[in-house]
Amino acid sequence: MSETPNPAAIEMRGVSIGAMRDVSFIVVEDANWTVASGEFWVIAGQQHSGKSDFLMLTAGLMTPVEGSCRIFGRDTRTFGEVELAERLRVGLVFEGGQLFNHLTLRENVALPLQYHRNLSPDTAAAEVQPLLELMELAPLADITPANVSGNWLQRAALARALILKPELLLLDNPLGRLDARHQQWWLRFLDRLWRGHDWLGSRPLTLVATTDDLRPWQNAQLKFGLLHDKKFSPRGSWDNMESSNDPVVKELQAVPIGETM
Amino acid sequence: MRGNLAKAFELTNTQVFRRAALPKSYTDLWGRKLFLLLLTIQGLGAFALITLGVMLKKNRLARNVMGPRIRQEITRSGVALLPMFLFIAAALGFLVIGQTVSALARVGATDYLGSTMVIVVVRELGPLLTAMLVLARVGTAHVIELGTARALGEVEALEALGIDPVHYLIVPRVWGTMVGIFSLTVYSIIGALASGYLWAFLQDVPLTPGEYFKQLAEALSWLDFALLALKTLGFGFFIAIVTCYHGLAQPLRLEEVSRVAVRAVSQSVIACILLDALFILLYLVT
Repeated sequence: MSETPNPAAIEMRGVSIGAMRDVSFIVVEDANWTVASGEFWVIAGQQHSGKSDFLMLTAGLMTPVEGSCRIFGRDTRTFGEVELAERLRVGLVFEGGQLFNHLTLRENVALPLQYHRNLSPDTAAAEVQPLLELMELAPLADITPANVSGNWLQRAALARALILKPELLLLDNPLGRLDARHQQWWLRFLDRLWRGHDWLGSRPLTLVATTDDLRPWQNAQLKFGLLHDKKFSPRGSWDNMESSNDPVVKELQAVPIGETM
Repeated sequence: MRGNLAKAFELTNTQVFRRAALPKSYTDLWGRKLFLLLLTIQGLGAFALITLGVMLKKNRLARNVMGPRIRQEITRSGVALLPMFLFIAAALGFLVIGQTVSALARVGATDYLGSTMVIVVVRELGPLLTAMLVLARVGTAHVIELGTARALGEVEALEALGIDPVHYLIVPRVWGTMVGIFSLTVYSIIGALASGYLWAFLQDVPLTPGEYFKQLAEALSWLDFALLALKTLGFGFFIAIVTCYHGLAQPLRLEEVSRVAVRAVSQSVIACILLDALFILLYLVT
């Protein structure tokens, strides 16, 4: 296994990705992409452009049909029991949360901690309490997901991904189902995570988020990529996106049709 | 983790064939059915071996999480069904054993009572009836719960958290079903034998409790206990494996869950009957 001293957080070379539900259906071809530690990327694409599959592959939940994907220098094809510690350096927030319906929000957040460190329920509950309070989830902590609104489910999913203090956080369309107030909270919170939040010991977090609406992500410091027509193309900063004449980029910025001409 | 599921399912994805249009000839139809059967057997075999491997390899992992989950499944597959099984055992005694007792008494063959009871209740009806009822009550729930969890992406969420879905979702269900069927079979047999005698007593059959239980004790051998334990644990294992396999492996769409539940129940019944036939052969050989 060849590993460089400071490997990139994500490194894709010639990656082709099959759909999660049918691997034989290719959604992305020949993707080349490098994410350095501490970067914040936003991957934009229309619905059904393969954003979720792209993220699932990046998280190591799928293997590439072709090419190689390395996370912190480790090929995701080899992710298994032995590489669990490496695997837990990556956190993933699903679109819609994907919380476990038989557990309360507190138990959902505590589960990875309890499972990997074999903690008793009381000890785990005490350890997750500060994070629940930080994310304003404490009043809802003992409710099951079926009785919580989508805004708070998404936030609980973020808490669950952060409980193990990952170094790379992947977010699948995190703002897609949120109201304006919650969107603002997320953008502020992600910005704090990226710069180094107290919860992570002030260590900057590498972030990758997907979206089908670029409007909330207007930030000169972020990096952008575009998924369209089975192709992934890194596009650089917001300025590049804003000045782009690509109709897809314009559509993702919700620019009225007349202005794209 | 990801590999555990992938190994069992990627090569045995039968949905592609199931969703295809009907073949034009009977030969093609039977060919497809045979191919599906072989794929299912391959998938079930791989899944059973993977589950066994996880049970052995990770038996000490995350005990604070897995202990309560296993206890919860044992409660669901065993303790919670006890009232229903006491009723079934009483009914079994009244309907089957009571009649046998009175029939044998009429022809003066009450000496064969013990061995008849042992063959009918201990070796056959008790374990098989218990397995079928647990399959109906708990096995179907496995398929629906796991199928829904799969369709809603909860399995991927577990993998993303570094939690092996086979360990977290399947192992407790396997233990629960195995222990549940074993325990309920024991209670059912005791209940059925007792209620059978009660029925015979009410029919004025000339048989004292002492004679009745002496005959039972003479008809039972150590092999009966050993094979009863093996058979019930086998039923539990097969039911859990078949229902969990279908729940976790195949349905990726919510609308397919109910159809897959029916398929899982049919295959579980066939698996149990085949296992039962194997044990009958064992009894005949020994």
